[in-house]
Amino acid sequence: MAEGKGVLIVGEMANGNLAAMTTELLGIGRKLADDLGEELSAVLMGGEVGGMAEEAIKFGADKVYVIESPLLKEYVTDSYVAAMAKLCEEIKPNILLMGQTSMGRDLAPRLAFRLGTGLTTDCLELSIDPDTKLMLQTKPVYGGNALSIVVCEVTRPQMATIRPKSMDPLERNDSRKGEIVAYDAGLDESAIRVKFIEKVEEEVVGVKLEDADVVVVGGRGMGGPEPFAQLEELAKLLGGAVGASRPPCDSGWVPTTWQVGLTGKMVTPTLYIGVALSGASQHLAGCSGSKTMVAINKDPEANIFKVCQFGIVGDFKKVLPPFIDKVKELKKG
Amino acid sequence: MNIIVCVKEIPDPETPASAFAIDEAAMRAIPAKDTPPVISPFDEQAVEAALRLKDSLGAKVTVLSMGASSAEKVLKHTLSMGADEAFLLSDSSFENSDSTSAAYTLAQAIKKVGEYDMIICGRQAGDFDSGQVGSGIAEMLGIPSVTVAKKIETLDGKAKVERVLPDGYEVVEVSLPALITVSNELGEPRYATLKGIMAAAKKTVPVWNAAEIGADVASIGTEGRKTKMLKLFIPVRESKCEFIEGENEEETAVKLAQKLREVKLI
Repeated sequence: MAEGKGVLIVGEMANGNLAAMTTELLGIGRKLADDLGEELSAVLMGGEVGGMAEEAIKFGADKVYVIESPLLKEYVTDSYVAAMAKLCEEIKPNILLMGQTSMGRDLAPRLAFRLGTGLTTDCLELSIDPDTKLMLQTKPVYGGNALSIVVCEVTRPQMATIRPKSMDPLERNDSRKGEIVAYDAGLDESAIRVKFIEKVEEEVVGVKLEDADVVVVGGRGMGGPEPFAQLEELAKLLGGAVGASRPPCDSGWVPTTWQVGLTGKMVTPTLYIGVALSGASQHLAGCSGSKTMVAINKDPEANIFKVCQFGIVGDFKKVLPPFIDKVKELKKG
Repeated sequence: MNIIVCVKEIPDPETPASAFAIDEAAMRAIPAKDTPPVISPFDEQAVEAALRLKDSLGAKVTVLSMGASSAEKVLKHTLSMGADEAFLLSDSSFENSDSTSAAYTLAQAIKKVGEYDMIICGRQAGDFDSGQVGSGIAEMLGIPSVTVAKKIETLDGKAKVERVLPDGYEVVEVSLPALITVSNELGEPRYATLKGIMAAAKKTVPVWNAAEIGADVASIGTEGRKTKMLKLFIPVRESKCEFIEGENEEETAVKLAQKLREVKLI
């Protein structure tokens, strides 16, 4: 077996602070490191990110590697992979974790292949096997219909990306102490084959589906574009966002950007309300991470009732108006 | 321009969960009787991306798939959409591949095809959702990769790619040859035309085995895996659905709202 010691997580910044995902990575990383009796390190990469190193320590890191370079200002595959490969070859971590984020999805696979090791993406659970000391990596497959447990036996690091909001961060502890190391990745500009041109932000009206704490989703049974107005009213009332399963998007009732599912958006709200949809695995793949699921459907045999916690068998046209009224009343009270 | 597209045959993701079953001992899905396997949705969009480039500036589109003999159907489908040729990589020693052995096998086949300016893959396969094979092929071939594209344009030996981000997109430029993975934001794949279906019917799909692509037996299938699956199972749902009942819809609706209030969700 290849040697490796310590747990390393790759941090990310959001709005001038550590991203929520990074505190979640530090949370699970701390637990794995403690179970192994090893150190937890974090690496921060960017144009200027050193200011965040103390913050990573307060959320659980023993050591923080800071890699600053103008070539890391924007995320670009070649420069980030090169920086991480150099660091990993030098410190030889046992475990390397990233978020299943825009960056993690791109960086982790290419880095795993460069390091010649195995990677499991989009994990929901990680733990240490008490006998083998291997990291057990649990990930959903077949649209969330099944789970697989995977290990990386021989090569190091054992790599995984983690689905956002699946791990708990630690409480911030201001008295935690740690070491900060400025690391020179020695990046060579001529080896960077992908050039960043520009970023275009698209305006979103209201709450973004992926970030929403409440998601209201309509399906084929909505019958047309008009009834979605009711879902929008309900979502607004609950401070959430509206989505749709694939059929309403394919039929042009709602924009395709509303689609929740394997080929659409991945949502992880506290409350999911599915209206007039059957619960095809295609759709469930995008919402199985919801904390509580509620379904309203005419068909008592609909698959969605197998995965939700609360259900109403009935016509949404008759159920939604009194439901919306009652929610309004409760909100006021 | 020469474009190679890699596609995978998967169990239909629209299969109702009730018809989905796992053979836990063999650690694989049991094919549903009434729903035949399909091309992975993102891979169909990869074919679409290649065909759009073919439409606009002319290109030869070659499609590869590693899989069982049934995957020939998936390849025929891509030919009927407008791809020029297709090869099936099939060998019992390819079975049980993980992302590493799959990327190796496809990279070997790409080397056998020879000339390419661009390789296009789906962002992830719709069964294991791993999203590693595209980047892996690029690393093995030593070419740059750009993932989750929604638009690809080419000019002067470069590709300009729009990459999907959570709050919009970014534009990057990459030198060719390059590997690009596409996301669903690319848009709907085209339907096969009757003419396309007839033309595809006349074409044969050659099958390449491990020896024909010069594969090292230690790098394919089970032997080439870097990861090991310990278990594949359908999780037991902890919470059963609590059906809210009442005299009429109104009463039921009110009870549901109260229930959600009780559990502090409203």
